[in-house]
Amino acid sequence: MAGPAKTSERSISLLLLGLLAFSPPLLVIFSGRATIFGIPSLFAYLFSAWVVLIALSRILAERARPDDGARVPPPGQR
Amino acid sequence: MLKGWIILLASIAYLCILFAITYYGDKRADRGRSLIANPYIYALSIAVYCTSWTFYGSVGRAAASGIDFLTIYLGPTLTFVAWWFVLRKILRISKAHRITSIADFIASRYGKSTVLGGLVTVIAVVGIMPYISLQLKAVSTSFRLLLEYPAIVMPKTEYVPHFLGDTALLVAGCMAAFSILFGTRHIDASEHHEGMVAAIAFESIVKLIAFLAVGVFVTFGLYGGFGDLFAKAAARPDLAKLFVVDSGAYGQWITLTVLSMAAIICLPRQFQVTVVENVDEDHLRKAVWLFPLYLLAINIFVLPIAFAGMMQFPGGNVDADTFVLTVPMAAKQEGLALFAYIGGLSAATAMVIVATVALSTMVCNDLVMPVLLRIRAFRLHEKGDLSGLLLAIRRGSIIGIIMLGYLYFRFIGESVTLVSIGLVSFAAAAQFAPAIIGGIYWRGATRRGALAGLSSGFLVWAYTLLLPSFARSGWLPIDFVAHGPFGMTLLRPYELFGLGGVDHMTHALFWSMLTNIGLYVAVSLFSRQGAIERIQAALFVDVFRWSGERGSQFWRGTATVSDLQALVARFIGNRQADRAFGEYAKGRKINLSKMPEADAQLVNFAERLLAGAIGAASARVMVSTVAKAEIISIDEVMKILDETSQVIEYSHQLEEKGRELEQATTELREANARLQELDRLKDDFLSTVSHELRTPLTSIRSFTEILHDNPDLALGERERFLGIIAKESERLTRLINQTLDLAKMEAGRMEWQMERLNPKAVVEDAAAAVGGLFEERGVRLEVQLPFRLPMVYADRDRLMQVLVNLLSNAADFCDEANGRVVVWGSAKQDQITIGVTDNGSGMPKSAQKQIFEKFQQADTARRGRTGGTGLGLSICRQIVEHFGGEIGVESRLGEGAQFIFHLPTAAAVERAGAKGGQRHPLSQLIPAAGKRLRIRKKNEVPAE
Repeated sequence: MAGPAKTSERSISLLLLGLLAFSPPLLVIFSGRATIFGIPSLFAYLFSAWVVLIALSRILAERARPDDGARVPPPGQR
Repeated sequence: MLKGWIILLASIAYLCILFAITYYGDKRADRGRSLIANPYIYALSIAVYCTSWTFYGSVGRAAASGIDFLTIYLGPTLTFVAWWFVLRKILRISKAHRITSIADFIASRYGKSTVLGGLVTVIAVVGIMPYISLQLKAVSTSFRLLLEYPAIVMPKTEYVPHFLGDTALLVAGCMAAFSILFGTRHIDASEHHEGMVAAIAFESIVKLIAFLAVGVFVTFGLYGGFGDLFAKAAARPDLAKLFVVDSGAYGQWITLTVLSMAAIICLPRQFQVTVVENVDEDHLRKAVWLFPLYLLAINIFVLPIAFAGMMQFPGGNVDADTFVLTVPMAAKQEGLALFAYIGGLSAATAMVIVATVALSTMVCNDLVMPVLLRIRAFRLHEKGDLSGLLLAIRRGSIIGIIMLGYLYFRFIGESVTLVSIGLVSFAAAAQFAPAIIGGIYWRGATRRGALAGLSSGFLVWAYTLLLPSFARSGWLPIDFVAHGPFGMTLLRPYELFGLGGVDHMTHALFWSMLTNIGLYVAVSLFSRQGAIERIQAALFVDVFRWSGERGSQFWRGTATVSDLQALVARFIGNRQADRAFGEYAKGRKINLSKMPEADAQLVNFAERLLAGAIGAASARVMVSTVAKAEIISIDEVMKILDETSQVIEYSHQLEEKGRELEQATTELREANARLQELDRLKDDFLSTVSHELRTPLTSIRSFTEILHDNPDLALGERERFLGIIAKESERLTRLINQTLDLAKMEAGRMEWQMERLNPKAVVEDAAAAVGGLFEERGVRLEVQLPFRLPMVYADRDRLMQVLVNLLSNAADFCDEANGRVVVWGSAKQDQITIGVTDNGSGMPKSAQKQIFEKFQQADTARRGRTGGTGLGLSICRQIVEHFGGEIGVESRLGEGAQFIFHLPTAAAVERAGAKGGQRHPLSQLIPAAGKRLRIRKKNEVPAE
């Protein structure tokens, strides 16, 4: 469980990491003829970076502490 | 064979299943056992993002330009990664304010502005129109393709199937009917459509499985897996170029990523499922990774299908947007083709249903109702139950919106690829982003700023994307695109102000965002906020600080309870209103029937209840008709806001200060206890001293009196008496000297002549000094010192005083017969040890502890005989401790005593001195207080 401040820092960092991972210069680097297990390197890179980002995002989300009063039921709702 | 009726039957059966799910979901919701109260359904419902665009269009895009179709899914992933900052906050605000749509959200933030809500609605309807046409196009195209099975014939624009008339119109009609069935069955107080959400989640599963089924068939059925497929594609130069991105595509890649990052929040239907339909904020936590995972899964086979399609249909006469369908058809997989068609249908229906429900809510709440309420001729205020009217407006607007989409498709969209149609909508939705993001983080953003930004952004969008599409379809002269309006080349819509060389989307995004953000910021900076605006701004920006009910403190409303309840009932129905008010009363343990006047809280509650049905802006207007709810003055508002934020700030500081104070108090208390103890010791000391002084004084006085009263006393007697007087005076002097010494030392006023000394010399001098005394007593004194002792840092006279004191003490306690005293020394590491050992009577264990205290002597009876004052050892201890050493005694009764003291060597003292400075005498006197309170001057000690 991480406090709000920590979660904020981690979220920002992860967002920056994601922006970096999907930035065109990196894609150009992977735009080669090479293949990984028969899959062109660009596709392999993009999908694996995506998987890593999702996994990190999951870790972050599950460690974030739900702050107090997170669930305010709207009045008069069933 | 796939007959027309089979396809039709399958479609209708599928839609019936959907409707059954909706119906069941709503029933469950009514009974309070929500079907959608789990994060998985929530994540699947967000996947309404994947429409026909994803299902058919991605493959088309991939076939045309390779990997960049993926940006549309990477963008939302990034936005969800940043959920903590954006989505979570929007969700919390929307829950607190019962937001019903994106127009409601923006209108609420900027002072519940009806104008702004209307503008957002117009932008949304116009902007989403192409997107809906995309779905219609995809469904009708796929239907007509399937109809031709086993032949693969691209439907021609002018082609009209003979028995169904215009397919797209038919599809549009069906969609409208289903949207009305799904979304507007009744007016819900909270604008939740649980049944619809359940159906959407089901559709997300269907389209994912259908797409994966086609993908698996193509990759592993037609080819030998990914490697085989990619290898075969790589062999063809026209496909191989799709394997890479060339550096010229930077702009497009970034544009698409930014657009889709904004779209996942700003598209009205995404806002609807993600924010409005959310039942539990905690679900977001799982959805933030489940939804991107869904996006990833549905994209795995896009490239394989695209490459397979291009290899299967090398002529280029089959539209790549249809590969998902045509590749299984070409492989004679009629079952799979039908399943793919159903998958595409589910993708399209999900989008159309949610989008039209969201848009119709906006049209009703933010466009039509405010107008109706304003026009007095309708006398809407006086009408009874309005929930029927609300439903009618919504149903009408659903039909209208879908028809707009149909018209766009019919006149413009037929010749354009799916993705390029959809992107136009994305660009329109992205216009909301500055007003939303700015609205939740920038307190100073004003209504005028939002109005200026939104309207200018929308106009630029229309000019650079919408109008050219009209022109290209022949509805405007094509010269408009080629040479600009009236031949003004500077205003060419695809190269505005000469910005050429970039793709249309980047171009439009640049100009629209430039004006949108530019005007939003600039106008906000130079315009003032109204009172409601300020309140709403504060409530939005600081949503985590204010709890849900906070808004009420800004209103002073008066209305009767029955008026309020009647008002609410007119919009959401009697039964629902009764229940809501009942729960309100129960929650606060009040009896509404005994409360004729509604307080501000209840007025606020009614307004929020109403906002759930008709939007914040309209609710404001309606409540004001029955409640004289007026906002308290702006000064007061600012006071409350400022006070509260200051109070929070202060309380943090106070907490900090409180902790410091507590610590200081503890220290003070300790110091005080220590000082009280010292005070008591001082009193004891004084009384002891006066007692000790009295003894010799009494003796002197009595002998003086005897001498005075008996002048004829014999000479021998007289001399003996005078001797006693002299001895007692001497003792008195010594006592006073020692007392003064001790007091000086304790107070730290003693003047010390600290220097480097050879202890051996001092010991030898001391032994020589007391030599006479020992001889007189007949006690033997031995000095056993090593050849060399390290230097110490001390005051020579004081060290001498210690040694003399210890030696004379030893002499006093020895028997005269075979008394023997040894003074010895040794050195170890950083300290030297000097001991004085005698073979006298010794002392009991209990006495050893006290012997260094003042006026404590091991054998009181002997005091008179030896002339000891009881202060000598006390002084010794003070001196030794001042030198940084310690003193102690070891003894057993009858076996003599051994006084030992250790002193640090000069080298050790200098080392320590370099580190921390010399110990201050005060710190020995009051260790606790001296250290922590940093009393620097001895004069400040109250004990003095």
